[in-house]
Amino acid sequence: MAKIVVDVMLKPEILDPQGVAVSSALPRLGFTFAKSVRQGKRFEIEVEGEATPAQLAEVEKAAEKLLANPVIETFTVRVEK
Amino acid sequence: MKVGVVTFPGTLDDRDAARAAARAGTTSVSLWHNDADLKGVDAVILPGGFSYGDYLRCGAISRFAPVMEKIIDAANGGMPLLGICNGFQVLCEAHLLPGALTRNHELHFLCRDQKLEITNNQTAWTSSFKVGQEIVIPLKNGEGSFQCDDATLAMLEGEGRVIARYVGENPNGSRNKIAGITNERGNVVGLMPHPEHAIDTLTGPTADGLAFFTSVLTAMVK
Amino acid sequence: MALDTVAIAQSNPDSSQPFAELGLKADEYARIKEILGRRPTSSELAMYSVMWSEHCSYKSSKVHLKQFGDKAVKTDALLVGIGENAGVVDVGQGYAVTFKIESHNHPSFIEPYQGAATGVGGIVRDILTMGARPIAIMDPLRFGPADALDTRRVLPGIIAGVGGYGNCLGLPNIGGEVVFDETYIGNPLVNALCVGVMKHSDIKLAKAAGAGNLVVLYGAKTGGDGIGGVSVLASETFDATGPAKRPAVQVGDPFVEKVLIECSLEIFAEDLVVGIQDLGGAGLSCATSELASGGSGGMKVELDRVPLRDATLSPEEILMSESQERMCAIVEPKHINRFLEICKKWDVTVTVIGEVTDGERLEITWHGDLIVDVPPRTVAHDGPVYNRPLAKPEYIDRVNAEIIEVPRPETADQIKATVLKLAATPNLADKTWVTSQYDRYVQGNTIQSQPDDSGMVRIDEKTNLGVAIATDANANWSYLNPYEGAKLALAEAARNIATAGAKPLAVTNCLNFGSPEDPGVMWQFAESVRGLADGCLEMGLPVTGGNVSFYNQTGSVAILPTPVIGVLGVIDDVRTRTAMSFDRAGLELYLLGDTADDLAGSEWAYMHGQRGGKAPIADLQREMRLIDLLVAGRTSQIFTAAHDLSQGGLSATLTEMVLRHNVGAEIDIENVGTTLISESPGRVVVAVEPTKATELQALAAKQQIAITKIGITGGDSLVINGADISLTELRKAHTETFEKLFG
Repeated sequence: MAKIVVDVMLKPEILDPQGVAVSSALPRLGFTFAKSVRQGKRFEIEVEGEATPAQLAEVEKAAEKLLANPVIETFTVRVEK
Repeated sequence: MKVGVVTFPGTLDDRDAARAAARAGTTSVSLWHNDADLKGVDAVILPGGFSYGDYLRCGAISRFAPVMEKIIDAANGGMPLLGICNGFQVLCEAHLLPGALTRNHELHFLCRDQKLEITNNQTAWTSSFKVGQEIVIPLKNGEGSFQCDDATLAMLEGEGRVIARYVGENPNGSRNKIAGITNERGNVVGLMPHPEHAIDTLTGPTADGLAFFTSVLTAMVK
Repeated sequence: MALDTVAIAQSNPDSSQPFAELGLKADEYARIKEILGRRPTSSELAMYSVMWSEHCSYKSSKVHLKQFGDKAVKTDALLVGIGENAGVVDVGQGYAVTFKIESHNHPSFIEPYQGAATGVGGIVRDILTMGARPIAIMDPLRFGPADALDTRRVLPGIIAGVGGYGNCLGLPNIGGEVVFDETYIGNPLVNALCVGVMKHSDIKLAKAAGAGNLVVLYGAKTGGDGIGGVSVLASETFDATGPAKRPAVQVGDPFVEKVLIECSLEIFAEDLVVGIQDLGGAGLSCATSELASGGSGGMKVELDRVPLRDATLSPEEILMSESQERMCAIVEPKHINRFLEICKKWDVTVTVIGEVTDGERLEITWHGDLIVDVPPRTVAHDGPVYNRPLAKPEYIDRVNAEIIEVPRPETADQIKATVLKLAATPNLADKTWVTSQYDRYVQGNTIQSQPDDSGMVRIDEKTNLGVAIATDANANWSYLNPYEGAKLALAEAARNIATAGAKPLAVTNCLNFGSPEDPGVMWQFAESVRGLADGCLEMGLPVTGGNVSFYNQTGSVAILPTPVIGVLGVIDDVRTRTAMSFDRAGLELYLLGDTADDLAGSEWAYMHGQRGGKAPIADLQREMRLIDLLVAGRTSQIFTAAHDLSQGGLSATLTEMVLRHNVGAEIDIENVGTTLISESPGRVVVAVEPTKATELQALAAKQQIAITKIGITGGDSLVINGADISLTELRKAHTETFEKLFG
């Protein structure tokens, strides 16, 4: 069984109010390390056996069609060991 | 004239949209998300609510409903189609309209009586208005911030496809205070605020919203 | 855990069991053994422990709550009284309205968003279970001081939770309260009210009748939510050293509940259920035992058929789980296919888990092994009943003897400063920051919502029949005099219904108190219940049901007694209702009712650090005459506007009226130093056209209500005895507070 991870983030030019809220909250709690924060989504997909290139291609298509909204989001697909 | 009102699981303002359509003199017909059947309606409304609980993204799952296939076909053929709030989100996810709706910039759900300026009265749903007319209808959502890239924005503005703009303070961070847009043809309109909740002063802030629903009557007569 | 069955329990009767850890006292454990004639199995122990907890069994409050039945006024309007999931009243034209208020205090302290969200979810299911379509919600909320760190932790989450769940259900929020007081730090109060409407013939009850009928579980799958939540959380106070117990808090999904509502209403419309119960506190333990008790008494359940989210759950955990959005229906075999079809249409998980039997036992099996075999009434209804000791606390006489010394506004500058100070104080400030997070429009029938005196919803679009609901509490008065405090809160809620011209019809209540093991708290509770019962009898209003929340305290410090009273009223035509405020100049303003020197328990006294004195004595006869005046005045269309006086007195009422439509007023009052800030009950400010003044005077005389002309409407300022407060300045003071605190 393999785990394929799809990470979805808002495109850099899209306003991310949740990320802004988080970056404001951090210093209030004493954490001063962050220059900026963006918030995204992570999908973990379990597949049988090893993750084949064909499967990854399918996942890419699914990400393009459903998991992400390409109008405002970008995504990456990888296999997690 | 028959106006179809779609119900997805989690749709909330379908009965209100049906009431508005009836008040405007049309016959409302209930359309179930799972039936690929438009029942011979002349126009369709995708109402507000939290279809599928806003899972994944607002409208992301609804756009794949069996009824949507028929609606997309009909809209591409010129049928008037109005998406209100969650309906607007479905239209964007279905790529019938450009751009996307994202989280309100102040992160809270916001319900308020919102002043709008109507900026385009050449669409099937805004023909009863005058350009520049100011109306007040309720705005109530958590994900109403209209976002798109610069090229899309330039196109929408350049082609006059913004149909309504927020007046005063930007309530949700929408680019250029865009509250509603239309497609090239003018038959598909997406609107974030809720005209179906402003059809009489007994239950709403004004009766300004009714004109959206009477417009489509005229559109059909043409 | 090896499975503990009835057979094993019979064979090793002396096996030790963790009854104390589950919250049962030794004598209660002994009683269970007596009932069963053997030791309980661990599943039975789990059921009894949860169902006999304070929250579920009302063991400390039952003896007092009896008064609501004993002292109940006989009325045909009451269709379903106390004992069912919610009370139901006849509102005319064949409609029945069901409403109830409940608390979800402790979970909201632990997890503000989910605590509040599931509080809303729970009360909505109670209304749905009666066969009604839920049509509105309200949220009376109480927090520690507005600027306290922990208030900033809990308040935003609670508001977001109420809004997040209620908005997604498609229920308009038509009103509520936001009150700040030191007493609630560590113990915020989250009370949620829901109202639903149906035709008389639609009423459903929670009883399993008819041997052979099927027990059907539908809705969300069962997981490990809130295991032990009920008995552990609500029956124990918080340790001053921190939340030592961290049980699982329930997590809600409003989308699942919305779908559950629509699915259920379709099922009800086709008359497919014989009985129905929602799964709330104590989950399946409660639903099965209550349904079985309500019916002939026998039920068989195969617990292994319950659909699970988490396959590792033990039978005990399944029985105690408080996973949300689940319902249990009793369905005749001939209807089950249609029932399943409707669930399939809405994509709702549905499973037949058992059947009603001829016997008198509730039997539950786990893969064929009998793990529960109990008389259901002993679980659901015949729990322990305590007659806890009460003792009038020593503070009462001492505090009642205190003399209130507060600055009295006499000069123009003092008047202006007082009005602005009251307008800006968190308890009286504009609450738009809160209410704009709630949808008040959905369903298209909202006639009134915050900041009106009551929420009002139209229930028939043709006849314009409507209902109005208001909730009120005054913990300051209840602290000073619990008996009068409850009566006064009742009167205030009823008056809030009447200002719009609706006629009060029925009562619900949410009684929030400290630990019942403290005789002083128990005395406060007993007095409050006695006051409410006496008040309801005198006012002719039946108590239809309610909720008790005990153990609202941290360590040994209880909250101020906070009985929240909800009153429901009817209006024959919502179009004729009296508005809260005026939108034009030239109207005459009158103060109805007598003003005495009632500063004890007032907001002004509180702001000056004074909490003592004597609470007013309720004069319910006079309150009733005032209510009749307001209703009659609406019928004759005498009023342009009417607004209740409560916290903040005349100052707050005038502030709210002038700011509502941005029309000022010129006011002249005698004895301004007292009249402006006193909180004497039984008073309303009305605005009338000059042509109606004579009619108004006649009506007041007829009802024997004092009437004083206080001014006229118009202008850009609120002018009181020459003190000029511009509306701009007043609006700024009133609306800045919440933005500054939480924005």
